[in-house]
Amino acid sequence: MKIPFEKLDKAFENRIRLQIMSVLVANQRYDFNSLKELLNITDGNLASHLKGLEKEEYILVNKSFLGRKPNTNYEATDKGKKAFKAHLDALEQLIKSAKN
Amino acid sequence: MKKEEIQDDLASIRSLMERSSKFISLSGLSGILAGVYALIGAVAAYIIMDHPSLNYDDVTILQFIHAAPYLIWIAIAVLVASVLTSVILSYQKAKRNGQPIWGNTSKALLFHMAVPLLTGGMLILIFLYRGYFGIVAPAMLVFYGLALIGASNFTFTDIKYLGLCQIILGLIAAFMPGYGLVFWAIGFGVLHIVYGSVMYLKYDR
Repeated sequence: MKIPFEKLDKAFENRIRLQIMSVLVANQRYDFNSLKELLNITDGNLASHLKGLEKEEYILVNKSFLGRKPNTNYEATDKGKKAFKAHLDALEQLIKSAKN
Repeated sequence: MKKEEIQDDLASIRSLMERSSKFISLSGLSGILAGVYALIGAVAAYIIMDHPSLNYDDVTILQFIHAAPYLIWIAIAVLVASVLTSVILSYQKAKRNGQPIWGNTSKALLFHMAVPLLTGGMLILIFLYRGYFGIVAPAMLVFYGLALIGASNFTFTDIKYLGLCQIILGLIAAFMPGYGLVFWAIGFGVLHIVYGSVMYLKYDR
C-alpha cells in the first residue's frame, strides 16, 4: 500500500501553521492578539509562522489603527483555503489507508 | 508522520475552528438557575397581584399601576440574578476551555443578542406607556426567541431550538392576553430549566 505523503502540503507541516490556517478558514478575519491568546504562543513565534504563510500567499495581512493602537488583521486567501482543504483531504486519505 | 500525529492534527483543527468562531463557554447550569429565578419571580408576582385566577384580563389600569413598581423590581431582580449567574459560570468554564471571556466570540454573541433584546425592550416600554399591558409577555418571549436565534451562530447551535420554542410560545401568548404571567413562567422558567438540563448533560459533564 502506497501512502500519498506527497499530497501533504509542506507549508502545513508545522502544527502551528495548520492551527493558524484553521482559525482563518473558520473566521472571516482574526487579529494578531486574539490569535496569540487562542494559540497560547509567543509574539515572535506567531509572527514568524504568519510570515511563512504570507510568503506562500495563503493569508492576507491588513494593518490598521484602532484609535492609536495598531491592529493587524489576517484573512485566508482563496489559494490558502484551497490548500487547507487539499491538506485535510490528504490527511483523511492517510488515515483511511492506515486503517487497511 | 504517524497515525496518532494525524489524529492529533485533526483534533486540534476541529477544536480551534470551534473555539475561534463560537463562544462555547456558556454553562447549562446557568440556564437551569435562570429558569429557577424566573419561576420564583413569577410566584412573587402572582402573590403581589393577589388575583383570584390566573387570567389577568379583568385587572383594571388602576390595579395594575398600583402593582407595577413591585413587578418592575421583581423583573429587575430576576434579570440581574440571571445575568450575574451566567457571567460567573461562563467565566469559570471559559477558563477551563482556554477561551477568553471577553474575546471576539463573546463580543459577537452579545452584539447579536443585544440588537433584538434592546429593540424589544424599547417597544415594550413604549406600549406600556400607551397602556397596552397585554403585550408585555408575548413580546418579551418573541424578542428573546429572536435574540437566541441570532446568537446561535456564535455559540452552541442547540440554542436555536430554545429560541424557536420561545417564539412559538410568545405567539400563542399573544392570542391569550390575560394569561401573560403563565406563559412568561413557562418560557423563562420551565423552558430554561429544560434547555439548561439538556445542555448540562450534553456539554458540561
